[in-house]
Amino acid sequence: MPPLLAPLRAVFDFAENVLSRVFPPAWNPMLNLGALGFFFYWIVTASGVYVYIFFDTGVAQAFASVEYMTNDQWYAAGLMRSLHRYASDGLVIVMLLHILREFALGHYRGVRWFSWLTGIPVLLFVYVAGISGYWLVWDRLAQYVAIVSTEWLDHLPIFGQPVARNFLAPALLESRFFTLMIFMHIAVPLIALMVLWLHLQRVARPRINPPRGLALGAGLTLVVLSFAAPAVSQGPADLSRLPGAIGLDWFYLGAYPLLENLPGPLTWTSAVTALLFMAAIPWLPPMRKPAAAIVDLANCNGCARCMADCPYGAIAMTVRSDGRPFEGEAVVDPDLCVACGICAGSCPTATPFRRVADLVPGIDVPERPVAAIRADVEAEAARIAGASSRVIVFACRNGAAARACRSAEVGVVAVNCTGQLPPAFADYVVSRRLADGVVVAGCAENSCYNRLGARWTEARMEGARDPRLRARVPRERLKLVWAGRLGLAGLRAEIAAFRQRLAGLGPHRPQRPAAIRPPEERIDA
Amino acid sequence: MLSILRLLGQVLVYGAVALATWWFSVNPVYRQAPAGMAQIKLSFKHGGARIADCRRLTTEELARLPSAERRPTTCARERVAIAVRLAVDGELLYDETLEPTGIARDGAARAYVKFLVPAGPHLVEAWLRDSKRAEGYDYTLRREVMLEEWQNLAIDFIAEQGGFLFR
Repeated sequence: MPPLLAPLRAVFDFAENVLSRVFPPAWNPMLNLGALGFFFYWIVTASGVYVYIFFDTGVAQAFASVEYMTNDQWYAAGLMRSLHRYASDGLVIVMLLHILREFALGHYRGVRWFSWLTGIPVLLFVYVAGISGYWLVWDRLAQYVAIVSTEWLDHLPIFGQPVARNFLAPALLESRFFTLMIFMHIAVPLIALMVLWLHLQRVARPRINPPRGLALGAGLTLVVLSFAAPAVSQGPADLSRLPGAIGLDWFYLGAYPLLENLPGPLTWTSAVTALLFMAAIPWLPPMRKPAAAIVDLANCNGCARCMADCPYGAIAMTVRSDGRPFEGEAVVDPDLCVACGICAGSCPTATPFRRVADLVPGIDVPERPVAAIRADVEAEAARIAGASSRVIVFACRNGAAARACRSAEVGVVAVNCTGQLPPAFADYVVSRRLADGVVVAGCAENSCYNRLGARWTEARMEGARDPRLRARVPRERLKLVWAGRLGLAGLRAEIAAFRQRLAGLGPHRPQRPAAIRPPEERIDA
Repeated sequence: MLSILRLLGQVLVYGAVALATWWFSVNPVYRQAPAGMAQIKLSFKHGGARIADCRRLTTEELARLPSAERRPTTCARERVAIAVRLAVDGELLYDETLEPTGIARDGAARAYVKFLVPAGPHLVEAWLRDSKRAEGYDYTLRREVMLEEWQNLAIDFIAEQGGFLFR
């Protein structure tokens, strides 16, 4: 991770950690920023449709129609106006946090460049939509927004006459301008929605709806806020006077005092440079890309589990090319693969029990192959042999620094993601008595760096998703810990408590009928 | 008990976010101009005179033109730059030569400037030259005005209406 991002990531880790104490893991707002953005977008859309019924686009009528909603129909249209305002603010807040968090996590580089790049126009469209909305109210704030916006646009040599001249005096302003603005206010969010669709094209199983509990909480908050502090206008616009003191919506209009007071060439250059920089950072500096996953056709039976589990859509199934009687074969797109190893974790041939041939699964990542994980397991098992209540910890590289938990009784084996760990490894450790128990330590709950790794791990270990952990593995000898990067102390405590429990269980005595060979061993046959 | 505490924590988080959202949606209040000030805004769009007079085409020139495009006179497209000055209480606030717009320099010159002045009585003077003359001005304005606090006095220029006018 670039050193500049470390403090930012620490801030987000801290916020996640704090919020996880009061919210259930699935509801943590910090882990649902994108979904919350969609939620606010729908509220803005629904309330906007209602408000539009009562809105009049005339110069003289716009302000009066908004006042009617706020004062005469405060319980319905007024509420909708407030919801429209506050949900728009909520949208900007979660959108900016979403951008910052993805940036802090390094989710703007490598294969994620597409989502990052397509997010930039969404950011612009949301701002244009919000600013044009403030314009429509035609109060003193709208007057300020209209004049500063048009004066800023007039720095571009593209208009026949200064657009700001439309606001020189009341007599020069035409209702047609409001028709144009309402068109923009409706069209721009629709365009943003289309770009959002593009934005999600390379995200497998995107979460676009927040959990119901979080949606309920956020929605209720908006309603309460709308009643407690309704959005109100700031007096009718009067072009013969300066707006004077105005309450700015700093979420949308925070840059306006700068646009107003700094030289136009400077603000335009800064804005364009900032946008270009945002667009370029996925490639600044060039990223060292880990080697993509490799398919070994001799071991691939075309089961398609890797394709189903890949969070990046990097795997496709194609027609079998080696003539063997399977339906298809996996093909990896190296441009989309981040080498998280979740595909190897899903592969039924990635079992550590294999001894007849080399441990080469149907799909694997070259820089951290399953065979290396098995070698590390055996080395750590040998190191802690003879100790009591021995534990092997499979630790995700993006979770807590589990290396610090290594001791005479605790062995630690690194995996790229918990999803890289085939469940058979837990069986291998316990059945072969390499340790008395297994801990799988990953990112904080619901916050998997690779989005789906922890989810698949839980499902596989629970026996709800292939490849399933075998029933013969006593579940009390397995512990999943979602500790996160700041959760080292918690991980230590969990390991200590787990070891105490193991001590109570005593050594594991596998029930293994001698006449039946385990199916894992048959794979090589 | 734990779930009640967590629920209370959630209420606190929602409340804090709501409070921050409300506060920053209208606060802190921004003052576009200090108290006791008014604004004078000078803006217009006006084309200066053509840089050369129209002249009659010669018989030879007419003969060279296609029959559908023959006209008796030809005029230069390019316009002269416009000189404009604005003074308040004798102090010169704006003194510019505005070039015509367009690639052929045949478009109108544009002005859009604004100045903050203390509220109260002021003598506003403006001058504009849009002809080929080198000295002096073709239009002048000299008027005493009483500006209220935060008043926005817009000065426009429309030659057909006699020159400078207050909006």
